[in-house]
Amino acid sequence: MTYDERLQNVSILGAAGKMGSGILLLTSVEMTNLSLKPENKGKTFVLNAIDLSDQGLAGLFPYIKEQVRKIAEKQIVRLRFAYEDRTDLIENSEIIDQYIFDVMNIIRPTTAMEVAYRSGLIFEAVSENPDLKVKILSQIDQNNPNKAWYFTNTSSVPIHLIEEKANLKGRVLGFHFYNPPAVQKLVELITTENTEPILVDFAYGYAKGLGKIIVPSNDIAGFIGNGHFMRDGMHGLGEAEALTANYSWPEAVYMINKVTQDYLVRPMGIFQLMDYVGIDVMQFILNVMNPYMPDENLHSKILDQFIEMGIKGGQMSSGAQKDGFLKYEKGKAVAAFDPNTKTYISFAEFSEKCDLALGQTPDGSVAWKSVLRLKNKDEVLANFFSTMKAMNSLGALLGTKYGSRSKAIGQKLVNDGVAANENDVNTVMLTGFFHAFGPINNYFD
Amino acid sequence: MTAGYNTISMGTGRKEFNPRKERPGLEDYLREAGQGVLKQIDGGAKSVDESVLGNFMASHFNRQGNLPGFFPMIDKDLEFKPATSVEGACGSGSLSLVSGIKSVLAESAEVVLSMGVEVQNTVKAVYGADILAYAGWFKNRKNGHAYFFPGQFSDRAGAYFEKYDRDRARKGMAQWYANAIENARLDPTAQEYHNTHPDPYGLSLKSEPNGKVFVDNLNYMDCSKVSDAASGIIIASEDGLKRIGIDKKDAVEVVGFAQVIRNITEDPTELTELKAIKTAIEKVFENTGLNINQIATVELHDCFSIAGILTVEALGLAKPGEGCDFVAAGNTKRDGIVPMNTTGGLIGWGHPTGGTGVHQAVTIWQQLTGKAGNAQIQISANRPYGMTINMGGDDVTVTAIVYKQGE
Repeated sequence: MTYDERLQNVSILGAAGKMGSGILLLTSVEMTNLSLKPENKGKTFVLNAIDLSDQGLAGLFPYIKEQVRKIAEKQIVRLRFAYEDRTDLIENSEIIDQYIFDVMNIIRPTTAMEVAYRSGLIFEAVSENPDLKVKILSQIDQNNPNKAWYFTNTSSVPIHLIEEKANLKGRVLGFHFYNPPAVQKLVELITTENTEPILVDFAYGYAKGLGKIIVPSNDIAGFIGNGHFMRDGMHGLGEAEALTANYSWPEAVYMINKVTQDYLVRPMGIFQLMDYVGIDVMQFILNVMNPYMPDENLHSKILDQFIEMGIKGGQMSSGAQKDGFLKYEKGKAVAAFDPNTKTYISFAEFSEKCDLALGQTPDGSVAWKSVLRLKNKDEVLANFFSTMKAMNSLGALLGTKYGSRSKAIGQKLVNDGVAANENDVNTVMLTGFFHAFGPINNYFD
Repeated sequence: MTAGYNTISMGTGRKEFNPRKERPGLEDYLREAGQGVLKQIDGGAKSVDESVLGNFMASHFNRQGNLPGFFPMIDKDLEFKPATSVEGACGSGSLSLVSGIKSVLAESAEVVLSMGVEVQNTVKAVYGADILAYAGWFKNRKNGHAYFFPGQFSDRAGAYFEKYDRDRARKGMAQWYANAIENARLDPTAQEYHNTHPDPYGLSLKSEPNGKVFVDNLNYMDCSKVSDAASGIIIASEDGLKRIGIDKKDAVEVVGFAQVIRNITEDPTELTELKAIKTAIEKVFENTGLNINQIATVELHDCFSIAGILTVEALGLAKPGEGCDFVAAGNTKRDGIVPMNTTGGLIGWGHPTGGTGVHQAVTIWQQLTGKAGNAQIQISANRPYGMTINMGGDDVTVTAIVYKQGE
């Protein structure tokens, strides 16, 4: 079966979810591009968008339509060639509309999982529940006569576990997109000792078609991305807790969030990132990872406490940020939750005091966004962190400590064999988390 | 001609431009430019006998036709007077001027309000390209480039590269861009007025054209802007000037004009030559008895830098294939032999397609009457004339006009 044939009938499980809908978008575009190749004219391409939620599925087409229009507008030069034999399509607008139609025409939204029984490739993007994943994939495979391939988007569940329990020997691999899949370049590829090489070859070809960068990760719970993020988040929670000796919890959260954003030159602070991912999702991933980490305790009572109070973060279907550790207005954090009073306390009430306590940001402070574009980024960052290390302010001390911890986490991932090398760890954090620099560096030594 | 007025050329490059926010429409630009002209003349709209508007594609960009009906919105005293609108793609503005000139010459009017307008940022560039492509023959659209006109002039640039020398040509094109930016920075209404790039020449020269995302032989710096703007000017007879209280020294005399067209259904016979532009230039010099050595400044139609270079050759300033060298040597800079596009031209000031011809006339009026502000160039006594060259489509609807300060 060729690459094109493998992609003629595909199913995506959890297609209406945050990750599933992005995978659906990328796959539908790739399949449509294949269908437009002269040798594929007349062949039928089918992409089943399977989800339990009728409501979620109803929202898919508006999302796909809007996103495909943006893609088509950017690729109009190529699309005019793709449709050059269509004499009825003359203007850019006609070609773009046709392309959107063609993409949507291969997508079949449904709540019936049975349609996956005919697919040759199945993407799994349901919730991070190992038992659920195993149950669904087993059922499909028992009824699918095609010896289908299974790509799971799990960010934490060991692939060998799924392979073994769902009886998918050699036909499953981890293909972990980053959120949002349509934007983030990174895909973590996780194979087991049984994974057939032909799947891996296909995965690389498919990633290339989607314009993604693959970083291989070993099959150890959490892989590279969550392997770093979960521990990084735990460090943030621990640092905030330590600060509560002298500050209130909202103040501590504000300070650690500020240090991790401004002092570490990251796109967002650690508490905002935990809200973005979802406090409940983070707890779930930690629960999946923890049994596999005998020398660590990847469990946070703070997360449990927040979830008990119903404070979960995550995103609304519109993509807007839900309140979590922090409260958001127009995407900007404006307050922090106080578990004692169960209310959000506005930054305005304490930010001045906390900023004063943290002290001045290092001289020549650099913003994450502007650093990304600098040609001499390494030099600028080296100077910045060198200044920070020499400072004695609370903010600089916390920042330096945090940077060192981030590096140690990265090195642990290499030492534990999760990542093949330091470069892979850095690539994941640069492309999956949009950091301006990889965690394994010499800035904080 | 007198009492010229240009609105800001709005679009990418201007700090205040935000495509996601609601922006002024056709009505706002017409009102500002029209009232800007009328304020400068005695009697205002009451003194105007008729009005004429150049516009290309309001029917698509703004879903608006019947444009003459907007004149009374500018001033109620224009109501129940004659008004027309004219269309010749990006050459529409000059058709508006020519229409006004003919009315005055025919003595059917003594004071004509001539305007040009286009508001293009209502659609994304990819769809705007469809609309602008109507300036070509629609039967060629299917086989044309996604960005149709950049594609047409990319082919011209490619032919020029092939026939002469790519490196020399690219240096001339880069210098053309640098001149446009340098001049635009002197005119607060110019779209590139806020441009602060330290090295526009190097920027253009280093930006290799990429046919995968745009066109094969032009980079973005080689292209004019997508612009929203309007311009207006008064065309008056000598009696008309008296009526509106304007001294001749504050007006420019139209010494002569030539308006020619080329068959839109035929491809250019020679891609490295702008035949219609060359013909219009020859005719206007023939009509006026003047030659290029008497021209102080030219506002020419640099919709693309290669069009600027080919027009330099059509003017007789350089032999075929050497226009690029003439430009690269600085001869068209504001202190060169013949300063061109002294407020930035279509690449630097902006290109509100249907309004460009009128904007060119306003710029020449400003320069010849000493009203160009920071953009003012020296006009010497032995080269007292100004010239505009305005083109619709790919060298299809062309107007050349020669002007001189009134005496």
